[in-house]
Amino acid sequence: MKIIVLLKMVPDVVEELQVSADGTALDTESLRMITNDLDNHALEEALLLKEKYSGTVTVVALDAPEVDDALFTALAKGADQALKITDGEAASSTLSGAYRMIQALSTVPGLLPADLILTGAQAIDDLDGMTAPLVAHFLRLPQLSIVTHVCVDSAAEKATVWREFPGGLRGEYEIRLPAVLGIQAAEKPPRYVAVSKIRAAMKAQAIQSATVPAAADGGPGVVPVEEMHKPEITEHAQMLQGSPEEIANQLSEILAARGLL
Amino acid sequence: MLPDPATLPYFGMPGYFHLWVLTLISFCVFGGCVLRHVRVLTRARPENRWDHIGKRIGLVVTNVLGQRRLLDEPLIGAAHLIIFWAFVAYATTFVWNLLRCLIPALAIPYPDDVSWVAFCVQILGALGMIALVMAAVRRYIFPPVSLERSWDAAIILVLIAVVLLSSLSSAGFRLLAAGSASSTQPVGKFVAAIFASVGVSQSQAPNFFLRTWWIHMITVLGFLAYLPFSKHLHLLAAPFSVFCASLAPSKMSPASEGASRLEEFTWRELFSGLACAECGRCDRACPSFASGDSLSPKELIHRVKEFVLRWSENAPGGNGKNFVGEMFLPEDIWSCTTCASCMEVCPVFNEHIPLLIEMRRKLVSEGCVQPRLQEAFTNLVRYGNSFGQSERKRAVWTQSLNFKPKDARKEPVQWLWYLGEYACYHPALQGITRALARTLRTAGVDYGILYDAERNSGNDVRRAGEEGLFQLLRQKNTTTLEQARFNNLFTTDPHVYNTFRNEYPELNHGRHRIVHYSELLATLFEQGQLRPSRQLRYRVTYHDPCYLGRYNGVYDPPREVLKAVGVELVEMPRSRRHSFCCGGGGGRVWMEEIGQAYSRPSEIRVRDAASLNGVQCLVVSCPKDYVMFTDALKTTGLEGKLAIRDLSELVEEAVAA
Amino acid sequence: MAGNIWVLAEHWRGKVSDITYELLALGREIARNLGVDLQAVLLGHEVRTLAQTLGAASSVLYVDREALAAPVPESFAQALASAMRTKNPQAVLIPLTNVSWEIGSFAAAELDAVYINACKDVRLVDGKLQVRSVLYGGKMEAIVTPAESLVILGILPGARPADQGRSETAPMAEELTVDLPATAAVRLKRYLEPEVGDIDISKQDVLVSVGRGIQNRDNVALAEELARELDGAVCGSRPVIDQGWLPLTRQVGKSGAVVKPKLYVAAGISGAPEHVEGMKNSELIIAVNSDPQAPIFNVAHYGINADVIDVLPAFTEAVRRRKKEVRTHAA
Repeated sequence: MKIIVLLKMVPDVVEELQVSADGTALDTESLRMITNDLDNHALEEALLLKEKYSGTVTVVALDAPEVDDALFTALAKGADQALKITDGEAASSTLSGAYRMIQALSTVPGLLPADLILTGAQAIDDLDGMTAPLVAHFLRLPQLSIVTHVCVDSAAEKATVWREFPGGLRGEYEIRLPAVLGIQAAEKPPRYVAVSKIRAAMKAQAIQSATVPAAADGGPGVVPVEEMHKPEITEHAQMLQGSPEEIANQLSEILAARGLL
Repeated sequence: MLPDPATLPYFGMPGYFHLWVLTLISFCVFGGCVLRHVRVLTRARPENRWDHIGKRIGLVVTNVLGQRRLLDEPLIGAAHLIIFWAFVAYATTFVWNLLRCLIPALAIPYPDDVSWVAFCVQILGALGMIALVMAAVRRYIFPPVSLERSWDAAIILVLIAVVLLSSLSSAGFRLLAAGSASSTQPVGKFVAAIFASVGVSQSQAPNFFLRTWWIHMITVLGFLAYLPFSKHLHLLAAPFSVFCASLAPSKMSPASEGASRLEEFTWRELFSGLACAECGRCDRACPSFASGDSLSPKELIHRVKEFVLRWSENAPGGNGKNFVGEMFLPEDIWSCTTCASCMEVCPVFNEHIPLLIEMRRKLVSEGCVQPRLQEAFTNLVRYGNSFGQSERKRAVWTQSLNFKPKDARKEPVQWLWYLGEYACYHPALQGITRALARTLRTAGVDYGILYDAERNSGNDVRRAGEEGLFQLLRQKNTTTLEQARFNNLFTTDPHVYNTFRNEYPELNHGRHRIVHYSELLATLFEQGQLRPSRQLRYRVTYHDPCYLGRYNGVYDPPREVLKAVGVELVEMPRSRRHSFCCGGGGGRVWMEEIGQAYSRPSEIRVRDAASLNGVQCLVVSCPKDYVMFTDALKTTGLEGKLAIRDLSELVEEAVAA
Repeated sequence: MAGNIWVLAEHWRGKVSDITYELLALGREIARNLGVDLQAVLLGHEVRTLAQTLGAASSVLYVDREALAAPVPESFAQALASAMRTKNPQAVLIPLTNVSWEIGSFAAAELDAVYINACKDVRLVDGKLQVRSVLYGGKMEAIVTPAESLVILGILPGARPADQGRSETAPMAEELTVDLPATAAVRLKRYLEPEVGDIDISKQDVLVSVGRGIQNRDNVALAEELARELDGAVCGSRPVIDQGWLPLTRQVGKSGAVVKPKLYVAAGISGAPEHVEGMKNSELIIAVNSDPQAPIFNVAHYGINADVIDVLPAFTEAVRRRKKEVRTHAA
């Protein structure tokens, strides 16, 4: 079974985010990038499927700061191949990123056809699109997002997947392969891989690089952001002060006043 | 004239013939088994324990000949010391007897014929019997925790008794037969008198002498053959394990990817199993064991012994080939706080912690890491601290100071203050860090910090088994320290202290002194740079941090500081090298709580402190201790009855204008 | 001629979702300002009766196809795109919920149109639509004014109060035909109900909710004690459910339940958008968190910057005492 995982780097929100001088984007100086959390889940799901059904896992990512670490980590976890798409501007949006991914998938030899293309169901920087439906649309493949469970029937070229609905409900879907799935959560939390294994991967394995030519029609337009700012805090809680006992007393007063006791 | 057992005929052959046969059988069994153990050990990883021969001989003298660690438990220690020396004496006379008997042409007397030898041996024999009875009473009537009434123990007690009694009896019969009222063998005379009083005649005595002589020799030969199969293998192995003890304070196993199969452990780690006498001192010292957890250091060593004894190249289906999982459970591997109490009290210098660390490395390399620990590792890789906060926030604690500490990356300083992540990021500790910053400034100490460049030193990372991450952190920190400009380094955190002193070779072999802040404060008081403006009249007790005290021998400077500020110090029930761990070391602060509530190590420890008459305050000098104990106060309901205070808080109070 | 404003009317298990009314309220505002009509688009199978509640719109365009009987996002997107080609609206508002998640991005790709995600508000500025989107886990807001004549907007829950979008009048309904592929590559087989829990948290008056700030499984008991004193129930944010400390039925948030209790105590919850959307309409929100910057404090009415483990037992004790006093006074 052949699985491709699409990975992207997103701003690490542990750092204090600042707005750039022109006020339309993030200030890159103080920015650190981290793998999109749900892409980690997509990778984990791919590795679990590989363990269950045997096959190969190829991780594809667009060039971005700290992407090498992410790709070597994926290789150390058990991915068979890591491919970095270089050349061309760093993807400035989800839509243009997805477009470049699709070009890579279509032009780099040995990637397609694949049985499954997995990626995270969402990312914190998704402004102008969602990767899974975009990739599916351009590759003319079926897709489903918010997936938490995948079972494959290779012979029948189908997969059974679960999608999360509100209230803890899940829908069991059947999807024809090859397909694109937007993963919300892998069946097990993303595995840990020891630093020594990652360093060993850095020495023994290589990240392949491929350049993808710019789209003839210029690619999809990027939605121009007029302004980016920290959200105005219109309301803030009234903060209670004091020792836990004092606070607890204040709280019970508040509840009593509202007839909740 | 006494009959000579060597030449007397038995079943048509002279005595020495039979003795030869028995000796050869015994030696072959003994030698074969020992050889087999050695061959198994040669399959393991090499480890150099032959350096510093002089120091090693010294260890053997103090701990084998002097039985020093056994004397930690004074009564049984004294008894065992006697038994040991009795054994040495009896082993000597046994070999003497053997040689004399096996080679009749050898014109040497029997040891019993040399009166001063007989005198010493008999005294030791008698004392030995008393000690043996004490040991038996302890084991069977008042057993301490983890001392078992095993068959092995019973057999050995009986064998030793037979050896001693047969020899004493033999001496008694000898004297009875010779009829001499030799005054140089009081014990022998006494035994002879007993036999005489029960009606053994002078003419019967030689026969009885022969019988007891043979009983003695055969018992010892039998014991020798039984030795390598029992816990008494420690007779052979212990002096060796003491000689090959770990001389490095860090108690670390050599770098590896982890161990689970026999060949992945070092020979010295496995040897611990053979040297163990199953005394249970390690269990009695272990904080995890005390909190009712399933981790038992003694059981760990016992399983290692079984692993070695049962190891077979041709084991079917790989049984017994994997220590981790098959012979020892992961949850027990993670329970250890690496406090090293076990290693501190072990009389044969067994190495519990390196074993556990090797196994943790194996679990980490296989990705078998619990979620919280995983998160801590991930944060450490990415942000250099386990809190998951940006490295840029490392110096946020300085913001409410009314001065800005020097930046050692940019300007040279006399002292570099390496804070450690807890002192920087933990909200409960930032106030204490500021207190120390102010105090040192008042004392005129020229110090600086590394601001955003400081990273976790890696001590607990290494002990949690993430060796690769430790090396990464060490690499980064070494570069940072090389580029910073300072003469000496002090740290708030004993864990940083331990790894910098013992595991950062480039740092230590360099020009820097590395001290703990308590040592710095003690010096400042001593030199008058810090002067108390008042004497704090509190009654306090002090908890020795594991990585400062037991690992690195720093016990007195914090006490000197306490003296300087005028508090009255009452020592904890278990203090100095016997200090009882707070339960937070070895990466345990990054793991799920183990053990039952109300009996966790930190809770046991604060109750220890609260039980001291009139003590209002437990003083700590490690940030993790502070956090663990303040939490424990809440869960044990001791808030209000006991306060936890850091050394720097007391110092600031004492020198405040 | 400028096109109308469309709202994709989401329905779930036979009922129109609350978010549909929120979007109708928003859409009506925009349509009015632009001087065009608001139309609701109802896609499904035998759902015409649901159109009656969508009176905030001038009219309802409905599609009745068996292929749309089950929520299959790409089929819905294809139907929507087809409808859009026929009717040429200028803007389509799509709910961002688990039910309709991919529809907007998919349809936009089909039509080569602009899609803007995570919108919390849409306004008219200088005659043009100005969109405010939430990014980076709520830490940044982006303002976008698309120049194109056709935009699809994914709207987050809570853009407008649902009540503003309800109406007693039944709107006109028009059936649309759409192009759909002959066979669907994605098919819903069945629903998997979560293990039956003892209670339905969305019906509780009092909820004590725990997040990662409670640190371990044992401390859930502290929340349970408080809930017991307040005659309420315990629920939690996603990380707590993922760890297995609470069952799936107790999850609040995007993939869990949306709750509106009289009292919601958020203990050790940071306030990530996916959780907040599930509880922000609670009548009284009290948040406890050791991080003073936690976003939950922007949603809560009262906040306590302290360790959950200290506050919960004290709170429970205070409530217990208060109730005793009330009882003795009443007696």
